[in-house]
Amino acid sequence: MSNNKKNKASRRTFLQKAAAGATGLISGAALSQANVSSDSQVLGTDPFKSMKVPGTPVGSNLYGVPSKYERAAVRHLRPADKQYLSSSSRTPLQELDGIITPNGLFYERHHNGIPTIDPAEHKLMLHGLVERALVFTLDDLRRFPSESKIYFLECSGNPDYKVFGKTAAEANGLVSCAEWTGVKLKTVLQEAGVKSSAKWIIAEGADGAGLNRSIPIEKCLDDALLVYSQNGERLRPEQGYPLRLFLPGFEGNMSVKWLRRLEVSDIALHSREETSKYTDLYPDGKAREFSFVMEAKSIITRPSGQQKLAQKGFHEISGIAWSGRGKIARVEVSVDDGRTWSVAQLQSPVLDKALTRFRLPWTWDGSSAVILSRAIDETGYVQPSLEDLVKTRGVNSVYHNNAITKWKISENGEVTNARLS
Amino acid sequence: MLDFLKNTLARAWLGCALLLIATLSVAGESGGRYQIGTPATSAEVAKWNISVYSTGRNLPAGSGTVLAGEKIYANQCQSCHGESGKGGLGDALVGGVGSLASAKPLRTVGSFWPNAPTIFDYIRRAMPMSAPLSLTNDEVYAVTGYVLYLNKLLERDTIVDAQVLANIQMPNREGFVLDDR
Repeated sequence: MSNNKKNKASRRTFLQKAAAGATGLISGAALSQANVSSDSQVLGTDPFKSMKVPGTPVGSNLYGVPSKYERAAVRHLRPADKQYLSSSSRTPLQELDGIITPNGLFYERHHNGIPTIDPAEHKLMLHGLVERALVFTLDDLRRFPSESKIYFLECSGNPDYKVFGKTAAEANGLVSCAEWTGVKLKTVLQEAGVKSSAKWIIAEGADGAGLNRSIPIEKCLDDALLVYSQNGERLRPEQGYPLRLFLPGFEGNMSVKWLRRLEVSDIALHSREETSKYTDLYPDGKAREFSFVMEAKSIITRPSGQQKLAQKGFHEISGIAWSGRGKIARVEVSVDDGRTWSVAQLQSPVLDKALTRFRLPWTWDGSSAVILSRAIDETGYVQPSLEDLVKTRGVNSVYHNNAITKWKISENGEVTNARLS
Repeated sequence: MLDFLKNTLARAWLGCALLLIATLSVAGESGGRYQIGTPATSAEVAKWNISVYSTGRNLPAGSGTVLAGEKIYANQCQSCHGESGKGGLGDALVGGVGSLASAKPLRTVGSFWPNAPTIFDYIRRAMPMSAPLSLTNDEVYAVTGYVLYLNKLLERDTIVDAQVLANIQMPNREGFVLDDR
């Protein structure tokens, strides 16, 4: 008891001394006054403002939310869609650092809204060309050996060839990256025993679109996952709660959310989502089907559209790069509209089919500039310019536009999409 | 003495650990099975499975007339897809034949869809958006038939069933090539 008192007393003395030391560094005169006010522009009106009252109690928010000063960091919704049941929202890439997308900011693309599914009632049926058709509950699936991997997910319509977004979110925000936990699809397939005639697996969602896609068996036996958790917590409803398929590097639509059924088959479905949509119409009138892989791409997120450089001098150029074919090998940045290129620094870890953060130190001299980045992946593939892409694909291909995004910096520091200015 | 005890304990632990690893590998690898999941009967699978392939595989029994489809369309489809499938809130369902190689391609059932059975599949699982899976199989056959009739791919007096849908040659049947990027 007496020991406790003594400890408290000495702690108080220590705090007083520490406070005295700290304020002493700022201003000797401020030492004795709690209600110091300052005219100094450096210090602001009250450098002790947040220190004079207790903060919000522990547990005020049992599921934490961002600071009220970060309200700009929200998903971007196009303002004038015909309806919002089959629509999308974009990750605010320009507000984020690092490579992991917070779950609440992960991009969305639903085809008939977000279903409400009780995990206790949800089942996955696996049938078709298997030795034994099986039904799994969520508890069943969590009993299998699990695996956690960091992968990007990107909508193949990110963006349309004729859309030039004002911000990084509008330009390329249908890409996000997370750590996914689940069971390897291969493990679950082995449980059912896949027959040798199997060539495709049909995946079906339990949403109001019953979204169905055909996936080559090779991918299913490679790195495909049945995912129940994202960034450490259970999937969000928008991301397929309680169960989704995840196909690393493939167009997002194929990673079927709210997964209810897997049918092992000898042929593909040629469903609406792989013929009428998610096929790439070329200028000759023929459409490419089963265009699965998301090719290498990058975008500068800072500085980016609708941001402003407040002054000349040092600025870090930073952005993200990714490839559905593997790891990012190199990112090059140009600050003179593509005339010369510098190799950017890659932040480790550089992971297979994940976002990679790149950075380039830059000193802005105050003159107008066009900045851009291009990704090169480990296969040697180089991210193309929009002009080069359009030469072969035209502008009506809708999907798989992985072209370079250019930002223009005006003399007043304002940043805009160079294709809009 | 103490060292001897320690060594014995260590050996015992190692033995247990090896035994455990051996047990796990039996469950996980040798048999390839973890004995997880409940077997489903073919009747249960059939109830659960609503996928219709482009070939017509798994189209259900039943039929519907174009005329019945016209009524269903007027009540449940027209508010989004417009009169006679001209489009609105939802995609246009007619027109665009010959436009795919032009500067303004119009992708519709008539100009773009390669197969008729998958129209049935999509309507049954996803339409109308406000009440998917609410139409009976006969109603889906009927309204699929009406959409094909609008595209001049069926006569107005057709009774539509699995056979009819599987046999329709869609105009853009050969319009798709494998991804060659």
